[in-house]
Amino acid sequence: MPEPPPSDGAASHGAHSELSAIELRVRALETVLAEKGYIEPQAIDRIIEAFETRIGPRNGARVVAKAWADPQFKRRLLENAGAAVNALGGIGPVGVHLLALENTPKRHNLVVCTLCSCYPWDLLGLPPVWYKSAPYRSRAVIDPRGLLADFGLSLAPDVEIRVSDSTAETRLFVLPMRPQGTEGWSEEALARLVTRDSMIGAGLPLSPQEASP
Amino acid sequence: MNGIHDMGGMMGFGAVEREADEAPFHAHWEGRVYGMQRSMGEVGLWNIDLERFSLETLPPLRYLAASYYERWLLGLESRLLGYGLLSAEEIAAGRSLAPPRALPKTLKAGDVERILNRATFARSAAAPARFAAGERVRAKNLNPPTHTRLPRYARGHWGVIESLLGCHVFPDSLTTGGGEDPQWLYMVVFTGKELWGENADPSLKVAIEAFEPYLEAA
Repeated sequence: MPEPPPSDGAASHGAHSELSAIELRVRALETVLAEKGYIEPQAIDRIIEAFETRIGPRNGARVVAKAWADPQFKRRLLENAGAAVNALGGIGPVGVHLLALENTPKRHNLVVCTLCSCYPWDLLGLPPVWYKSAPYRSRAVIDPRGLLADFGLSLAPDVEIRVSDSTAETRLFVLPMRPQGTEGWSEEALARLVTRDSMIGAGLPLSPQEASP
Repeated sequence: MNGIHDMGGMMGFGAVEREADEAPFHAHWEGRVYGMQRSMGEVGLWNIDLERFSLETLPPLRYLAASYYERWLLGLESRLLGYGLLSAEEIAAGRSLAPPRALPKTLKAGDVERILNRATFARSAAAPARFAAGERVRAKNLNPPTHTRLPRYARGHWGVIESLLGCHVFPDSLTTGGGEDPQWLYMVVFTGKELWGENADPSLKVAIEAFEPYLEAA
């Protein structure tokens, strides 16, 4: 394999006005693949557009809010998340191996993929960079309490931390606990409290105060 | 393989850096790499397990130094070269210099919605599941030089079957020419103490998805 060009690294993301070495290399590769007829650049445009406009954490937030507001839906979600989400309509369709992990006063769930980057992208969109990073993947299974403390989330000592390592094709997301002070809220209002990180277990949903400062 | 990708429990990587309001792609090229990976994943030559293995076999220093989508680019290039779909000279030249190889199929723009519907990995089982929920099992001490989804930190340790997740394509077989060889998949839960010793967080439990061949009975 040829040597890669110098990397501008994960941190700077190549925000240059000129094309970076990697941008040129990717453009070259795509040109070759398209000339050979292996790919259709318009297909790539459509894939990118889907993730930039439709497939993202708002879908998961809608599912969580529905589960908070509708106990029957919550039961179906915990039994068979893929079927429950697909029956909602307007999302996905999502894959059949989706599993919802319920947070309770006695258990906090955290999702990781120590081996690569498995993530319920069809429900939450593409994973954030930190989820795929070595610091997160290495530490989540051995010191999740310390990790969450760094994220500003301190759990009581008697709360079990359940870390689920996504090592096969099951895709996991967290059903966080409904914030207090939201009795009678609409699903739309509840959904605005659901953050992406709360559906990974790396955070909590916003409180009503945080949502409307 | 016992590669650098198998990071669970390692130390020294520093703090997790999070970014507010992160975009799906940070640069134009990241989206193109993502799209090329997905497109080439549909031509019928390899599946996601072989994509993963091409990342795991990157030289460790390169794996660690590369950003996420750089790794995808390197893995994709190594697969394209390995399958003889193009040459290094063509990548360097930025144009095709030889006739294409015939592919089983290609991804058209009109088919994108179909691939955004995530595939199922469930298959019919050849035999009943060997373990039941509640059973104590040990993750075998396996160290294959090939692709596996049993993380190092779990090997040799005792856990409990929490649930049966169905019968799925077995990555270890698929990546070594043995076909899908479907196997039962379980959610297995380990205590922090079992994995990390006496000083582990007593409130910690770690669950992995483990294929039946990874497990042995008490």
